[in-house]
Amino acid sequence: MTVQRTMAGPIRGRRSPWRPWRDGWTVGTLLVGGLAVSPILAVTYLAFTPGDDIWRHLAATVLPGYIATTLQLMAGVGAGTLLIGVAAAWLVTMCRFPGRRIFEWGMLLPMAMPAYVIAYVYTDILEYAGPVQGLLRDLFGWSGRRDYWFPEIRSVGGATAMLTLVLYPYVYLLARAAFLAQSVGVLEASRSLGRGPWRSFFTVALPLARPGIVIGISFALMETLNDFGTVDFFAVNTFTQGIFDVWMNMNNIAGAAQLASILLLFVAVVVLSERYARRKQRFHHTGGKIQPLPAYPLHSGRAVLATAFCAATVLLGFGLPTLVLLAYAWRYFDPALAMEILGYAGNSVQLSALAGVLAVLAAIVIAYSVRIKGGLLLKAVGRLAAFGYAVPGAVLAVGVLYCLGQLDNGLDGVMRDRFGVSTGLLFSGTIAAVSFGYLVRFLGLSLGTVEAGLGKITLGMDGASRSLGRGAAATMRLVHLPLMRGSVLTAGLLVFVDCMKELPMTIILRPFNFQTLATFVHQYASDEQLGEAALAALSIVAVGILPVVLLSLVIAKSRPGEVP
Amino acid sequence: MQGLHIHGIHHAYGENAVLDNVSLTVPAGELVCLLGPSGCGKTTLLRIAAGLEKLQAGRIAIDETVVAEPGSELPPEARQIGFMFQDYALFPHLTICENVSFGLFCLSKRAAYDRAMEMLSQVRLTRQADDFPHTLSGGQQQRVALARALAPAPRLLLLDEPFSGLDSGMRARIREETLTMLKQTNVATLMVTHDPREAMYMSDRIKVLGANGQILQSARPVDIYYKPVDEYVARLFGPVNLIRGPVHHGGLESSFGVFKTDDISDGVNMRVLIRLEGVVLHNGNAHQGDTPVDVLSAHLLGDSSIVHIRVREGPNRGAEFRARVPGSFDPAESGQVWARVDRRCAFQYYEKAGDR
Repeated sequence: MTVQRTMAGPIRGRRSPWRPWRDGWTVGTLLVGGLAVSPILAVTYLAFTPGDDIWRHLAATVLPGYIATTLQLMAGVGAGTLLIGVAAAWLVTMCRFPGRRIFEWGMLLPMAMPAYVIAYVYTDILEYAGPVQGLLRDLFGWSGRRDYWFPEIRSVGGATAMLTLVLYPYVYLLARAAFLAQSVGVLEASRSLGRGPWRSFFTVALPLARPGIVIGISFALMETLNDFGTVDFFAVNTFTQGIFDVWMNMNNIAGAAQLASILLLFVAVVVLSERYARRKQRFHHTGGKIQPLPAYPLHSGRAVLATAFCAATVLLGFGLPTLVLLAYAWRYFDPALAMEILGYAGNSVQLSALAGVLAVLAAIVIAYSVRIKGGLLLKAVGRLAAFGYAVPGAVLAVGVLYCLGQLDNGLDGVMRDRFGVSTGLLFSGTIAAVSFGYLVRFLGLSLGTVEAGLGKITLGMDGASRSLGRGAAATMRLVHLPLMRGSVLTAGLLVFVDCMKELPMTIILRPFNFQTLATFVHQYASDEQLGEAALAALSIVAVGILPVVLLSLVIAKSRPGEVP
Repeated sequence: MQGLHIHGIHHAYGENAVLDNVSLTVPAGELVCLLGPSGCGKTTLLRIAAGLEKLQAGRIAIDETVVAEPGSELPPEARQIGFMFQDYALFPHLTICENVSFGLFCLSKRAAYDRAMEMLSQVRLTRQADDFPHTLSGGQQQRVALARALAPAPRLLLLDEPFSGLDSGMRARIREETLTMLKQTNVATLMVTHDPREAMYMSDRIKVLGANGQILQSARPVDIYYKPVDEYVARLFGPVNLIRGPVHHGGLESSFGVFKTDDISDGVNMRVLIRLEGVVLHNGNAHQGDTPVDVLSAHLLGDSSIVHIRVREGPNRGAEFRARVPGSFDPAESGQVWARVDRRCAFQYYEKAGDR
């Protein structure tokens, strides 16, 4: 055992010791964060800019309606997702009945279905000329509209049902995780103190899971506020719908921004309740050993009810619409249309992939800067940059358009002054504008995923690499990236899929005559040409299944008692 | 002078000061141990020296290059140090060989590989070169971490509780191997531990860091054991017996004779701390300073025994003491037992308010 120290000096070469731009991480974070926040700031700014006196006009005419409808929709979706999500989560985690193992991940399938797609399908089935009402008329010999009552699908109630059917998985996922995290001990203590399973559920399990459930409902409500395709199709006047109306039909950007800023208030309430729940969640884990949960076997009637409930939910939210779309796609298949759709799919994939890569890169820069530099400023920037995820696409689109417009005008002015060339609108109405919008909206999603991945790597890894002479960037490349490859891929995939489904921003920001799968489906289905749109809609659903598969794998891999 | 020089470090987390004017030097080729209770800021000092924690006040120099002053700090990667973490922090996605050559990026691939294999042969792990860290035992992981830290021939090696993750049987062996390797590399080493025996075994010099964030004593192991500056340091190295009372005519009278003092004035309470091996028992003829005792019980530890005794006569009559004697001790066969105090193992302090 001999250790040579014959080499002259340390082996590690002397690197230039101090670099003034080593704060590149800070600079990058401020830049990316600033970019992500600018559209929201722009909307707020616009709202306070006195324009033509549209405000009073809005307040006197449509505003009360918007507020009432939006609140109605939020209340309905909140209650619906709560009921279905919590019931399904409780059944699947705590009870044993036929099909439970399949429903464990199957309950997630409706997540793949964009709300607007399901809305087109159900309208097609349930409207006056549709098969359901036709069958009823034939069965009972009714001849016309006046002979019977049938619920109108194109209503607030209809929109609530559509949104609930595809948004309950958020509540299901978080409630399930919360139930799994509960120590068996508390439940058993409750039973031993003489409370039956039902009372134990309502007095112990549910209150303990409340923070998780609140977070799930907040996600569902954020998506509700974001939705444009469904409410537009149903002609339900929510805020998002109103923003489009004021903008597209009245051509009034200040008015749209003012509506958008009120919508931001709604968002703020939802976000705050989510944050509050998250903070409380920490105290709710009572610690102790987490054992595999006890299973209550359900028998005969109850088991059938449980299976029927789960099956019906998945069937309504996913199975039936998919079948209808498949039938339509089969019947209306046309090679020329298919080629056209393939082109739109190419557009969608390109845009979404670009946005996915950008969002992941931005998330890595921000999350890593916060990790290695810390500091209140960077943390605040990280929080703000993630805020876009809560803001409805229509609101962000207004902000993005304004920001890019200012940029274009500024650039044009400078170029004309200096070189006598007009550059015109360089960014507005381009692919760049759409990707920027996607980035702002979904950065929060990638940031959360990347942060979670980074958080699992102990700080000792950083220290070890740095003390061995590797700089921050090399440490990221050699240590962190390989260790959190899964999280990075997941983040990219999630953003990609959400961009494929995205509708309101794409409609506003896309270049003239530029179609993605989502805008194509929206255009045709709104014209009651569901047959032509079916293939494209199915493609979106197929892509949407990817994250469901991913989540199912996580669920399948997690051991009993472990929270995925 | 070569080595690590730390000067006047202050560090606080919010209101809570963990390092208070800490200065120390680790000459090249020496191993200095920072010994203190957990949570006293010793790991913080190590991390500041490495550049992993931001310096608040003070100055740090390695081999006469200032690496940290307030406002200008070299990042850790530019300090040419080796750091061994308490949990080893081996990169789980890299093989053992890749772990060890991680810091050798300035060498050619070939040279880096050769150097890594050379380090691995020193810790007898060449056969595991292509394995991943999680397949290794705790002791093997520890050796990989050491090889990795030493591979780039750093100017300074920092060890954070390097043996705390090992079970006691393996600890002694690994400690010995590590020491041999460090002595051969001749690198300046600063080690942090809360285990006094480990500190004594490993180090050329021990710095005792108090809970107040100040260095209480800095000395060679033998001096710190036999000349602790205060009761806190004395008690850090093991259990003690206590005799206390007021000073009369320049000394404290006890059953073991008079403990003389020059610096404690008459009337002030004096405390005498006696290490267990400082109470010497025999059953032969009584000498000057011996006092008769009753043996209450004896507990064999293996290489030594702890004997509980009660003093029969003199000022400490009735007081109980503990003694450590080599080998086994049978009270039944011992007959009349005498005890005296080995003055090298007895330390005298004046009693402060709050001492018990």
